[in-house]
Amino acid sequence: MNRTPILFLNVLVIATCGLVYELLAGTLASYVLGDSVTQFSLIIGIYLSALGVGSWLSRFVERELARRFVDVELAVAVVGGASAPLLFLSFAHLSYFHVVLYALVFFIGVLVGLEIPLLMRIMKDHLDFKELVARVLAFDYAGALIASLLFPIFLVPKLGLVRTSLLFGFLNAGVGLWATWLMRPIIGGGVTRLRAQACVVLALLAVAFVKADALTSLAEDAMFADDIVYTKTTHYQRIVVTRNRAGFQLFLNGNLQFSSADEYRYHEALVHPALALAAEGGREVRRVLVLGGGDGLALREILKYPSVREVVLVDLDPDMTELSRRFPPLARLNQNSFEDPRVRVVNEDAMIWLERDEPPFDAAIVDFPDPNSFALGKLYTTRFYRLLKERLAPEAAVSVQSTSPLFARNSYWCIVRTLEAAGFQVRPYYTAVPSFGVWGFALARRTPFEVPAHAPQVALKFLDDASLPAMFMLSADLGPVPVEVNRLDNQSLVRYYEAEWRRYE
Amino acid sequence: MAGRGLTRRELLAAFLGAPFALAACGQREAAPPLPEGEVVGASDGIGHLIRDGLRPEPETWERAGVVIVGGGVAGLAAAWRFLHAGFEDFVLLELEAAPGGTARSGEEHGVVPYPWGAHYLPAPMKENRALVTLLDELGVLEGSDAAGEPVVAEQFICRDPEERVYYRGRWYEGLYLHAGANDEDARQLQLFNAEVDRWAAWRDKQGRRAFAIPVSLCSDDAEVTALDRLSMGEWMRARGFTSERLRWLVDYGCRDDYGLGVEQASAWAGLFYFASRMKAPGAESQPLITWPEGNGRLVRHLYEKARSHVRLGLAVADVRTVVDESRRVGTPAAGGVEVVAVGRDGRGALGFRAEHVVFAAPQFLTKYLLKSYREGACPSHVAEFEYGAWMVANLFLSARPRAGLGFPAAWDNVLYESPSLGYVTATHQRGLERGPTVFTYYYPLTEPNPRDARARLLSAGRDEWAEVALSDLQRAHRDIRTLTRRLDVMRWGHAMIRPRVGFQWGGARVKARQPFGPVHFAHTDLSGVPLFEEAFDHGLRAAEEILAARGLPSETMR
Repeated sequence: MNRTPILFLNVLVIATCGLVYELLAGTLASYVLGDSVTQFSLIIGIYLSALGVGSWLSRFVERELARRFVDVELAVAVVGGASAPLLFLSFAHLSYFHVVLYALVFFIGVLVGLEIPLLMRIMKDHLDFKELVARVLAFDYAGALIASLLFPIFLVPKLGLVRTSLLFGFLNAGVGLWATWLMRPIIGGGVTRLRAQACVVLALLAVAFVKADALTSLAEDAMFADDIVYTKTTHYQRIVVTRNRAGFQLFLNGNLQFSSADEYRYHEALVHPALALAAEGGREVRRVLVLGGGDGLALREILKYPSVREVVLVDLDPDMTELSRRFPPLARLNQNSFEDPRVRVVNEDAMIWLERDEPPFDAAIVDFPDPNSFALGKLYTTRFYRLLKERLAPEAAVSVQSTSPLFARNSYWCIVRTLEAAGFQVRPYYTAVPSFGVWGFALARRTPFEVPAHAPQVALKFLDDASLPAMFMLSADLGPVPVEVNRLDNQSLVRYYEAEWRRYE
Repeated sequence: MAGRGLTRRELLAAFLGAPFALAACGQREAAPPLPEGEVVGASDGIGHLIRDGLRPEPETWERAGVVIVGGGVAGLAAAWRFLHAGFEDFVLLELEAAPGGTARSGEEHGVVPYPWGAHYLPAPMKENRALVTLLDELGVLEGSDAAGEPVVAEQFICRDPEERVYYRGRWYEGLYLHAGANDEDARQLQLFNAEVDRWAAWRDKQGRRAFAIPVSLCSDDAEVTALDRLSMGEWMRARGFTSERLRWLVDYGCRDDYGLGVEQASAWAGLFYFASRMKAPGAESQPLITWPEGNGRLVRHLYEKARSHVRLGLAVADVRTVVDESRRVGTPAAGGVEVVAVGRDGRGALGFRAEHVVFAAPQFLTKYLLKSYREGACPSHVAEFEYGAWMVANLFLSARPRAGLGFPAAWDNVLYESPSLGYVTATHQRGLERGPTVFTYYYPLTEPNPRDARARLLSAGRDEWAEVALSDLQRAHRDIRTLTRRLDVMRWGHAMIRPRVGFQWGGARVKARQPFGPVHFAHTDLSGVPLFEEAFDHGLRAAEEILAARGLPSETMR
């Protein structure tokens, strides 16, 4: 029986697989490293040269061509099939990502480069050279066309990168297994072992294909240094809680919000200067507003004051406040603040909530995530602070978490200047929070004021009469820089912030 | 003609271009299911009955000092002006069930109200006193700056990011496609901006700007009016502006403001778009004032003021000046004017006898509604007024489309490779970044002959237009079909005046503005450009002409 036509079908499949791996690597590289022109160009270059290396190496394969061909197929199946999951897993370690990426591309290229020369030599006895070259190369290039069309139109949108990679690994292994029948006459010795190997590879890839979703979250696991103990994608954000020996950490959209080891420094600095200022001259601080702060840690500090009758906490995400209420490690850390009858939680956009009429507050704590999107940037605008001002009693004090004056100096001073433009008197201050670095805040009131000289008489771990005033002494490298005021119609802050933090990524 | 009975591929080829249709339609020809929705508004049925000769004789007559024909911005502005003068003896008749004309808005089905047409207003400069007064009334202004220029409160200025453009798989900030621009592109953009700056700085001997809003403040110096005799495309070529992306920007501007391509709009109109909104050379364009419902917010204010004078759902079928037999037929005499209106079903004719009429409807209607014009004395300038056709769709989304590559969602979201203008997001100005929203999708029909444009507009029904809008937006938002739970369509047959070559300074506008006896004309088409400010200005002018004629002169607000 003449099996040559079927062998050409193999050429087609092999060629399609080969190009798909190349496209996968190029796409993943431009996802992670950006600059798609450079990435695609590099990947194509490395891959093509590797093909050449593979072709050249094929001359060293002298005996048992068919058996070696099956081996190569299975190797491509494993390495090519696992390439996308492997690259996903190495996302988290960006420094190694390049190495893994280029090594993988090269290795796949070498293996794929071996395939066609081996096949041609296997078929050379059945066809004359002219026919052989014409047909093999025609099918090879046709396969490339199929891959380049399938990849953007069907594979990426329908299967995603990980499943595409596994599927084509499966095809390569299939070609290998099939070859043990097609080439049976020319494979010397037994084939049982070869077939068993192929079946194992096929089974592994099939399992991985089914479990692809789990793989992707495994990749996320690796992105965080510590064990993930909780994850949830809410309507608004991705919440991740991790744990290590020092305690646990909360991440929103991959950004660290606090670490239980040192959050007290942050939250004491955020809350107590404002409450001390609001209580100045013997005023009773009764109603306190918290904007953001869904972790309940600012609440914990506020509830230490017996004069406080009501705390309204406005946080967009009900899943976040529920987590802080019910998830034991968090509830322990915020000392079950959400169960306190003085606390009222409103799950709404803070800016829209501020447009509503409310009795005046004696103090406000503004604790939003850093302004890394336009949706967050609006919560740091003159418009926002003016609305906030209307909800405050005349002598009320406000503190605002204001990102790092060291890493993002323009952003920090933009927040300060925006508060001033909205009609507040502002005193900038900062402290060191090991998990974050040097962290900045702004203390504000409508009328001019002096920094509180004494720490309030509540249980504190960090602040005392010496450290509180010291926070307001800014070192030279944190001092004012000329910046624009952040408005709804310019979102200057988001642009500063993006430019500044990009330097550290 | 395109539209009903076509395959999806033929439909998309007619409305979005053949290459797009080929790419969008695979082997699978069956169109995916469409969300519910309907064609709303723009009652062309009764309009066509009147065009074809419906002139019922009323059984009952009412009297009014002034009848305002049309409740768009010009008519509402006239009413607003009368009320400011303390003059209450007027009635305003509007065909549609809601006032506002092309500045209308809707609120059914949406999380926030949304526009059906005009959706922003550039902040006026201090010279535009009447508009400053109106905005002050609305609480939009916070006093004025050191130079006396009005200061718009932050929450009414279009929030950042204002616009982004989608090009080959990625969104970019702004309207000008900076990505991929070469040195020559950059050089041409700079030169073009310098040219715009030159015109922003230009003043004639009387100190008038070349391009000002309202147009009545513009210079009629020969150097400026010469720009009206060539197309914007010709003007650009003559200056060596060949950069593809610069041409796209200017063409987009012309389509956005005028519903005309760069080869059809006059150079005067093209430069007006860029230079009239700049205080001084090099200055930022005036900030845009907007609301979720667009200019519908301004309409609501004007309507609330005049509500007791406004009669909705009444189509004016006839306006006849009472002719003095001793004078030549067709010449109006001081005998007053009769206005006949019918309900939207063509029944219930109602007559009004008045001393004056503010004809606040587009000029092309004069040849059907003004008896003298209809019966042979139609002046030639009426035929000079040409109107473009537009389709506006509102898409009610259950959630936001997945974020695409590149720049995040903006207010105005434009597709570089589409004949549409993209969409604006109604929730943007409300500060709602997540959850349900309304996208208002704009599609101007730019055929050189406006009849062809209207024919194509009307050849497609709700389903065809829905398919066009969804297919178009799908290039940037793959999930748009599953997220759109409702899609309503407005077909504006006479959406806006077309400032084509030769119209602006050809004389027709000036003639059309002259009162015809007791009939005073007010509409944005008299400015040659379709803008809220122009409609407003003409409403005020007509009202002030009538106040003066009635012996109630008051200091001009213009």
